[in-house]
Amino acid sequence: MEKILKTIRRKKPMDWLRFLLVWASGILTIMVLLYLVAFIVVKGLPHIKPSLFALNYTPENQSLFPALVTTLIMVGMTLLIAVPFGVFTAIYLVEYAKRGSKLVRVIRMTTETLAGIPSIVYGLFGYIFFCDWLGFGKSLLAGCFTLAIMILPLIIRTTEESLKSIPDAYREGSFGLGAGRLRTVFRVILPSASPGIFAGVILSVGRIVGETAALIFTIGGVIRLPENLMSQGRTLALHVYQLASQGLYPNEAYATAVILLMVVFGINALSGAVERRFINKLK
Amino acid sequence: MIQKRKEQIMRVIFQIAALASILAVALICIFLFAQGLPAIMKIGPLEFLGGKVWRPTVAEPVFGILPMILGSIYITGGAIVLGVPIGIFVAVFMARICPKPIYRFLKPAINLMAGIPSVIYGFFGMMVLVPLIFDLFGKRFDMMSGDSMIAASILLGIMILPTVISIAETNIRAVPQELYEGAIALGASHERAVFKVVLPAARSGVMAAVVLGVGRAIGETMAVKMVAGNQTMLRLPYEYFKGVRTLTTNIIVEMGYVERDSLHFGALIATGVILFVFILIINLLFSILNQDKKGGK
Repeated sequence: MEKILKTIRRKKPMDWLRFLLVWASGILTIMVLLYLVAFIVVKGLPHIKPSLFALNYTPENQSLFPALVTTLIMVGMTLLIAVPFGVFTAIYLVEYAKRGSKLVRVIRMTTETLAGIPSIVYGLFGYIFFCDWLGFGKSLLAGCFTLAIMILPLIIRTTEESLKSIPDAYREGSFGLGAGRLRTVFRVILPSASPGIFAGVILSVGRIVGETAALIFTIGGVIRLPENLMSQGRTLALHVYQLASQGLYPNEAYATAVILLMVVFGINALSGAVERRFINKLK
Repeated sequence: MIQKRKEQIMRVIFQIAALASILAVALICIFLFAQGLPAIMKIGPLEFLGGKVWRPTVAEPVFGILPMILGSIYITGGAIVLGVPIGIFVAVFMARICPKPIYRFLKPAINLMAGIPSVIYGFFGMMVLVPLIFDLFGKRFDMMSGDSMIAASILLGIMILPTVISIAETNIRAVPQELYEGAIALGASHERAVFKVVLPAARSGVMAAVVLGVGRAIGETMAVKMVAGNQTMLRLPYEYFKGVRTLTTNIIVEMGYVERDSLHFGALIATGVILFVFILIINLLFSILNQDKKGGK
């Protein structure tokens, strides 16, 4: 009690102002987030009907099922391209390369550059390079490659961090038992770092699911179940964009936005849970 | 022997994978510049960068992107004015002031905010912010619709919050505890110590957070397109209740109907090149500021 009184007496008017400002900012931020989520959910939830998951999109029934399937294909394909490159790059940077070598510095610089490039620039590049120059046309494949480059820096960084958090004792123990570097990496380091890497991969899934600007020129806008990787498509996020900007089906737009939000929240929760387990395990 | 062979082969494979990011940056630069620079040269660099009129589809097309460059700057500036102070306050709150149970709720909430796709923000802006602005100011400022610079700035101010908060929080946490304790020992209150000693010590890190926020705001496309109105007119900074077009939205609005291999197409790629150069400068600034922090410790 004494102590509390003392701290209260110690505060001057300026301190109360600062105190008020930081609390107000925190509360404001949370309120904005809650309002945004609540607004979309309240408007969209009543319009989620089984018919939204019908096999095909028709002008009468704005099914989101084709978009959902396209999103899943995009996630799978993009990860298939980006994860090996990203994880191998991180392994090279952490386990093989000499710290501070010129190559390492250049790789760091380029990954940082990639991380800062806006998605619209990726979209432009994807259109010029994959769709046009390589002749993929607007297709799922072109979209996957574009997104793979976009998420590469995220995967490299998260993998690097989890590799670095493995104590050196693991490596020394493995070397001491006569294992080579390769064996150490695949049998000792990667298994212990895998939850951290997995958490990073889930974060990338979030970015793929939410991406629009990089995809709008690269996979086209056709809403149909894709037949193969060369067909055009529309992911869930693009579908929300189209529905919202056409303005013809506001209810379906809200409902689709709710589904998209739910997917993103699920991904977020999963990533958080995996990361916590990883940290606990290392302790 | 075979083991050694395997080691060497895998080493090379890892190294080749590591070159992928270099290759990607090189390809992006080459392809953007190869298509964008000739168009800039053909239009004339001064006419392109300083031209006040953008009329791509008339018989004598004019390609000036000054309105878009200014549009990007205005909207980003507004987002910084609105988002950065709040972001820094929240970062201080999270790093030094809020009780632990609140932190446990706040941290995941901020992460969630970072994960919400920009179309959702845009949709929210379209449905809530734009009508609200029209209701409040429509009559007074003679607005045609609520799509305006102010709508885009508010929305972007919200969108950059998680970026600013998480980077600033990390950097405020990294300030050595001794500085805080020293201030307390000299009789400062908790808030005074945090604001007058800890926050200034984290200055370069907080600046880095701001710069990253600027990068996010300049690069954002979909959300801005959905609320900014996208008019190509040259605006003055105080015309905050009028619509505007940014570099990013110029690309997205016109790519849909542009004729391939026309000068118009080249001009759109060139818009991307200018945006790319902006971002490179911002990245450079960010890494300089981050370097500072490491050197200082």
